[in-house]
Amino acid sequence: MNVAVLIKQTPDTAELPKVTVAEAESGELQATMVINPWDEFAVEEAIDLSDRFGCETVAISLGRQGEVDALKHALAMGVDGAVHVDESVIDGGDEWATAEALAAAVKKAAGGEDVELVLAGKMSVDGNSGVIYAGVACKLGWDLLVNVTRIVDIVDGTLIAEQVFEGGQETVQVPLPVVISVAKEINEPRYPSFMGIRKASRAAIPTLGRDDLDVGPSHTTRWTDLNKPEPEDVQVRIFEGASVEEKAAQLADALMAERVI
Amino acid sequence: MASATELLYTEEHNLVRKMAYDFTRNEVMPIIAEHDRKHTFPFELLPKMAQLGFLGICLPARYGGAGMDFLSLGIVSEALEYGDSSVRETVAVHLALHALPIFQWGTEEQKETFLPGLASGDQIACFGLTEPGAGSDVASLQSRAVRQGEEYVLTGEKMWITLADVADRFLVFAKTQPDQGARGISAFILERGWKGLTTGTLEGKMGVRASNTGWINMQDVRVPAGHRLGEEGEGFKIAMSCLDNARFGVAAGSVGIIRACIDESVKYALQRRTFGKPIAEHQLVQQMIAHMQQDLDIGELLVWKAGTLKNQGVRNTRETSMAKWFCTEAARRAADNAVQVHGAYGYSDEYNVERHLRNTKSAVIYEGTSQIHTLMQAAYTLSMREDRPLRCPMPAYDPDTWQ
Repeated sequence: MNVAVLIKQTPDTAELPKVTVAEAESGELQATMVINPWDEFAVEEAIDLSDRFGCETVAISLGRQGEVDALKHALAMGVDGAVHVDESVIDGGDEWATAEALAAAVKKAAGGEDVELVLAGKMSVDGNSGVIYAGVACKLGWDLLVNVTRIVDIVDGTLIAEQVFEGGQETVQVPLPVVISVAKEINEPRYPSFMGIRKASRAAIPTLGRDDLDVGPSHTTRWTDLNKPEPEDVQVRIFEGASVEEKAAQLADALMAERVI
Repeated sequence: MASATELLYTEEHNLVRKMAYDFTRNEVMPIIAEHDRKHTFPFELLPKMAQLGFLGICLPARYGGAGMDFLSLGIVSEALEYGDSSVRETVAVHLALHALPIFQWGTEEQKETFLPGLASGDQIACFGLTEPGAGSDVASLQSRAVRQGEEYVLTGEKMWITLADVADRFLVFAKTQPDQGARGISAFILERGWKGLTTGTLEGKMGVRASNTGWINMQDVRVPAGHRLGEEGEGFKIAMSCLDNARFGVAAGSVGIIRACIDESVKYALQRRTFGKPIAEHQLVQQMIAHMQQDLDIGELLVWKAGTLKNQGVRNTRETSMAKWFCTEAARRAADNAVQVHGAYGYSDEYNVERHLRNTKSAVIYEGTSQIHTLMQAAYTLSMREDRPLRCPMPAYDPDTWQ
C-alpha cells in the first residue's frame, strides 16, 4: 500500500513573532522555514504505518521553486520519497486551487502506483485554514476522516481509526482510499536520525509542474487586506475578601455579570 | 529564504541544526530551569541524547559513532547551550575530552574496546586533569603513576571535574616521571568500581548548576598497562590536544548562549513598554542588542573557521583558542546585556537570562582562562610559540570512511 503525506513549509514558530505584515503579504519571509509542526504528526504516522504494514511512503509539498526544506526534513525522519509541486501550478490561487494541485500530485506521486491513504496535519501555523485536506478528499472523491488520534488497523481494504470530536471519541471504519487529518494526540514525532539526515541531504527531489499535473484554471480568492489586530485593553480586577469562599463568590458573580459563565 | 548562517553550512548541517534546536526546545528547555534551581543533574536527557547519536556524533560509524563531521559537533554544541551550558558540557566532556582523545591517540585495540560503549552512551566518561593545586599550570600536577609489572599504581586527587560523580570512565593524567615536568605526565583510562577510586560532588557553584562537578580521589588504584593512552610521558601533549577538541565545543556553545540572549532580549524588548513605547525603540537598548548581534556574527565565523580546519585535519590550536577566548567573553557580555535589557525581571530566575549570565562566568575560566588565551594569542603573533607536529594528529574528516 502507498501512503502520501501532505506537508507545508512554514516559518519556524520560534521566529513567528518577528514576521512582519509586509513580509507575510509579499511571501518574502526572512524567518527560517521549517516543516509545519502539525504536519510532523502526519509524517510520523506515515512512518509508523510503514513499519506496521510495510507501506511505501511519500511526502508531497507545494511551494516555490527550491523550497524543499520541509520535504528534506520528512525524508530525514524516514519517509521513503518526496515530491515537490511547483507553486506556479496554482498561479497564485487559493486553498481550493492548492487542494486541486495536491490531489493531482497524489495521483502521480507514487511512481504511477495508486496511493490509498493520504495523511495531513490538522492545519498550518501560517495560513491556519485547516481546509486543504478536505479539498483534497473532495477532488479525489475519497472519504475524509478528521482529528484522528489512532489508526487501529488496516485490514482487507478497510481502515479502522479513532477520532475525537467535541465532547467525545468514536471508532470508525472506512473503506480505502481515504484522506485523514491527524490530531497531535496520535503520536510523538521522532527527531531525524543522523543517518536519515545524510540520506535526505543527498536526495534528489523531483518537481511536478503544470505540464505534469491534470489541473484546471486556477481559483483566485485573494487576501485583500492583512493586518494584526489591535491589542485589547485588558483590565485587572483583584477581589478582596476575608476568605477564599468569599473571593470565589465575588469572582463567580463577576464572571456571570460579564456573561462568561 | 536561507539565512546567512544557513548559507555558510551545507544542507546536511542545516538539517542537523534544525534537529538539535528542536531537541533543545522540546526536551531541554522545559526541564532545565528546575534542575538548575535544585542543583540536580538531568539524567533523563542522557538516554535521549545517546539515542540521537549526540554522544558519538563525530566518531566514525565503525566505532559506533554517527560519522558526522566537526562542524556538526559545533552545531549540536551551539543548540544544546542555547538551552543551558550544563547539557552542552556533558557532550564536551564525554566526547571531546574522553572519546575523541582515544580516537586520536589510542591503539586500534583501545579504539575498538572503548569507543563503541562511549558512542552508544552505555558508558559516560569524563576528563581528570585539574587538581586542587594545579589548574592552568598543568605541569605542576601532583598525581603519581608508578609502574609495577603490567600495571600502574595511581595516587592523587582531581578537582573541578565535570561529570565526576556521573561518569563510568575517567581519563586522568598523572606523572610517571616526576622530575621531567610536563614531559613526565602520562594519560590513563580508569573505570568506576576499581579499588581505591572514589568520586564526589562539589556544592555551591555559581553557575552550571545542572551539571555535575566534583572530585576524583585515587588511592593506589591499579591500572592495567593496556589502559595507558599514548606513550609514557606523552600525557601533556594528549591533554593539550584534548583541549583543542573541547574548546571548540565551548566556543560553539557560547554562540548558542549569545543567540539565546538575543532571542529573549528581542522578544522582551518588543513587548515591554516604558515611556509610552516598546523599550526596543530606546536607543540604548538597541545598542545592547546591536552589540549582541555583532558578537554573534563574529563568533559564528570563528567557530566555523575552527571547525572547517578540524574537518581538513589542519592543526587548529591557535584558531580554536581564539574562538574559545572570543566567544566565551562575548557570551558573558551578551548575557550581561540581556539581563540589563530585562531590567529587574532579568535579575529573577523567572527568565533564562540570569542563568545564562551565571553560566557564562564559568566558561571564561575553564578550558583555559581568558588570560591564558590572551597570552597564547600574543605568543603566536609575536612568533614566540609554534605548534610542532603531533605523533598522532587528529584525522581529517572523511565521509567515505567515517560513515
